[in-house]
Amino acid sequence: MPANGNPIPAEALREKPLETAPGRQPGIDSAASALAHFKRTLRRGPALAAVLLLAVVVGVAFCAPLLGTTDPIAINPALRLKLPSHEHWLGTDAYGRDVYSRVMYGSRISLIVGLGAALMGVAVGLLIGVIAGYIRLADAVLMRVMDGLMAIPGILLAIALVSLSGASLFTVLVAITIPEIPRVVRLVRGVILSVRSEPYVEAAISLGTRVPTLLLRHMVPNTVPPLVVQGTYIFASAILTEAILSFLGAGLPPENSSWGNIMAEGRMYFQLRPGLILYPGILLSLTVLSVNVLGDALRDALDPRLARRL
Amino acid sequence: MSMETDSPPMDKSTPVLIIDNLSVRVVGAQAVQYVAENISFEVKSGETLCVVGESGSGKSVTALSVMGLLPKESLEASGGAILVEGENVLTAGQKRLRELRATRMAMVFQEPMTALNPVEPVGKQIDEVLRVHTPLSKTERRERVLAMLDSVHLPEVKRIYDAYPHQLSGGQRQRIVISMALILGPRLLIADEPTTALDVTTQKQILSLIRELREKQNTAVMFITHDFGVVAEIADRIVVMNRGRVVEVGRREDILSGPRQPYTRMLVSSVPSLIPRKRSAPAGEIVLDVAGLAKIFSEVRIFGRGRTVTAAEEVNLNIRRGEVVGVVGESGSGKSTVARCVVRLVNPTSGAIRIKGCDIAQAAGRGLRRLRRHIQIVFQDPYRSINPRRRVGDSIIEGLINFGTPRNQALGKARGLLRVVGLDPDVIQRYPHQFSGGERQRICIARALALDPDILVADEPVSSLDVSVQAQVLKLREEIRDRTGIAVLFITHDLRVAAQVCDTIVVMQRGRIVEAGPAEQVLTGPRQEYTRALINAAPGRYWDFQNFRPLPPS
Repeated sequence: MPANGNPIPAEALREKPLETAPGRQPGIDSAASALAHFKRTLRRGPALAAVLLLAVVVGVAFCAPLLGTTDPIAINPALRLKLPSHEHWLGTDAYGRDVYSRVMYGSRISLIVGLGAALMGVAVGLLIGVIAGYIRLADAVLMRVMDGLMAIPGILLAIALVSLSGASLFTVLVAITIPEIPRVVRLVRGVILSVRSEPYVEAAISLGTRVPTLLLRHMVPNTVPPLVVQGTYIFASAILTEAILSFLGAGLPPENSSWGNIMAEGRMYFQLRPGLILYPGILLSLTVLSVNVLGDALRDALDPRLARRL
Repeated sequence: MSMETDSPPMDKSTPVLIIDNLSVRVVGAQAVQYVAENISFEVKSGETLCVVGESGSGKSVTALSVMGLLPKESLEASGGAILVEGENVLTAGQKRLRELRATRMAMVFQEPMTALNPVEPVGKQIDEVLRVHTPLSKTERRERVLAMLDSVHLPEVKRIYDAYPHQLSGGQRQRIVISMALILGPRLLIADEPTTALDVTTQKQILSLIRELREKQNTAVMFITHDFGVVAEIADRIVVMNRGRVVEVGRREDILSGPRQPYTRMLVSSVPSLIPRKRSAPAGEIVLDVAGLAKIFSEVRIFGRGRTVTAAEEVNLNIRRGEVVGVVGESGSGKSTVARCVVRLVNPTSGAIRIKGCDIAQAAGRGLRRLRRHIQIVFQDPYRSINPRRRVGDSIIEGLINFGTPRNQALGKARGLLRVVGLDPDVIQRYPHQFSGGERQRICIARALALDPDILVADEPVSSLDVSVQAQVLKLREEIRDRTGIAVLFITHDLRVAAQVCDTIVVMQRGRIVEAGPAEQVLTGPRQEYTRALINAAPGRYWDFQNFRPLPPS
């Protein structure tokens, strides 16, 4: 699998959803026991901690104005690079902006990017994957395009896309999502291919079921569990990619306070004020870590083979 | 049958295997739950004991206990003793068990492909047994392996020695597994459904091989099977098991001709025999007419020509209203391809398939959909033929809804259909996993009947079911045919089933029809060599199971 330039966590997570997805016996043998198993898995320590931490980050993003923050982009040249104080809990940056406020507001960008990329990636990937999996003629063409996309390092592709279209939240989001799509397509196509030869699908065909109904009712539901898992991985990977793009100066315009932007601007003063990189960095790592842990837990919870063993 | 059957050498031979009051229970279950309870029987040397039972009867668990192979985390032997030549297996340590397994007892499994290592030549795999357990030199071992391969009647043993499992046929693989099991001359051979995955003609060869080796080496054979035909061929004595208990033990003739327990009686009489039923010739209009059907699978390649496989060629058959036409053949004969072409799950390469005069082979779009109403299919595997995420009611009414029946009316019909197939109408609210295999197959039949089709294609509909359930489903199908006059295209590999249900039998081999005619004519006076071979290979053909009596060899 070609690297997309992300650091190790994003790379390691790539492999995981694929091993559960294609060729797996679709269908849940016992809905009740699967549900119990699902709850049990999510109630385990690490998963629970991840859910709590994510809940906190989401809470912060929603309530940023109520958490004792000031305007995150108000410049005050008189207060440059101050140490933490009563007014500025985490000090100020090179333009005299309040670091605490910027970090709190920054969680909004990260969550929007993560959620947006996950939803868009899954939606577009699902559509293309279903077409590739069901229509033989389209399959060869679409999959070669996807192979081509996968051969380009994701970050490089994202930088190219942003520089072509100009930086805004939406273009950055699109640029981050596009390199994720081929993996979703492969996943969905694999499931559709394996399901279409199932006798119950063939029975539906001989009952005269029309193609759209056939796909939606009998085939697409099988892609939901692997897609939920893949979605969380895209979520984590998109947050990281956004930070990397911002750090490289190819991301969101500097007036947006995203964690990546804060770190990029703090880079020059790292020896003087390490907090400029440390605070957003810690939050970023924790968020990505908990999304990954949650993704792992979801994968275990949605895998019927594990459910049967327990 | 050998003469030995009638006068077993009882006095001289001591039992090789004695199972005494064995109980096996589920580990960690809240209430004590037994999968095998108070099992007792013995196997003498040179004797074949058949353990017969339906799925879940505990026959395989008993065999695994003898081999010391019970899955530790889920099952444990909780009482009794298993003596192999006087030594208790249940109390033996792991090291001793390993020694015993190779030298005293050996096991042959159902699926030979999974029992062999796919990345090593088979000769080397047999050699390994000798290397671990004997001090023989390399050349001596090779000689012994070659001799063993020769004694299981494999051709060109030197070539086979270096072959990989995938290069051999199913029957050859099973011979390899048998030679691996018997090379150290164990006193006890356990065979767990060793021929179930094989074609009938191959099955016959393997059965006679096991019989021959038993006589030569005087091995005690514990043969596990669900097939009374096989039992009638090979058994000296029979143990009948049901729900983890021994129901009846006795000599073959006694059990087959005069079973004492009602369960055994039911089981034996459910076995279809090869004698065709007397039926009046069907005289209705022709509802399905297949002419010159061919299906060639070809690989699409950009460069050069891909391989092509001819799955069916020049297939001609027709079915009248109320008629049951059986398509019989071994695996790879193209019988399923014909079924799938007729229902248009695959597109035939050429030929015409006329359903009441309309050619479904040429139809497309709306025309094809309209024709689908008239022909429905029931598949082999009931566990995979119903969408597990939908209520069975929704599955049954799917076709009706597709053709515009209002939902309430459709559900009413579904209830009626469930009654027809012998299920409680209230089960429409349930999900498929709440049903057994036989019940699911009934639901599939109900679903196929919902559209009132003229033709029902049944692709091995009872092959994965236990015999007693099989008999019920076949009887149900018969009733439905009598009631609705539906025509049936019945695909099966089992001539005995075909004999019971079909009016006309079509025999296929390598994609072509080799013989076709009324069931009685094909089964009693076959004209083709291949048909004769199939009939001769059908297990238990000298036994009339329904009437508990042997048949005179014809």
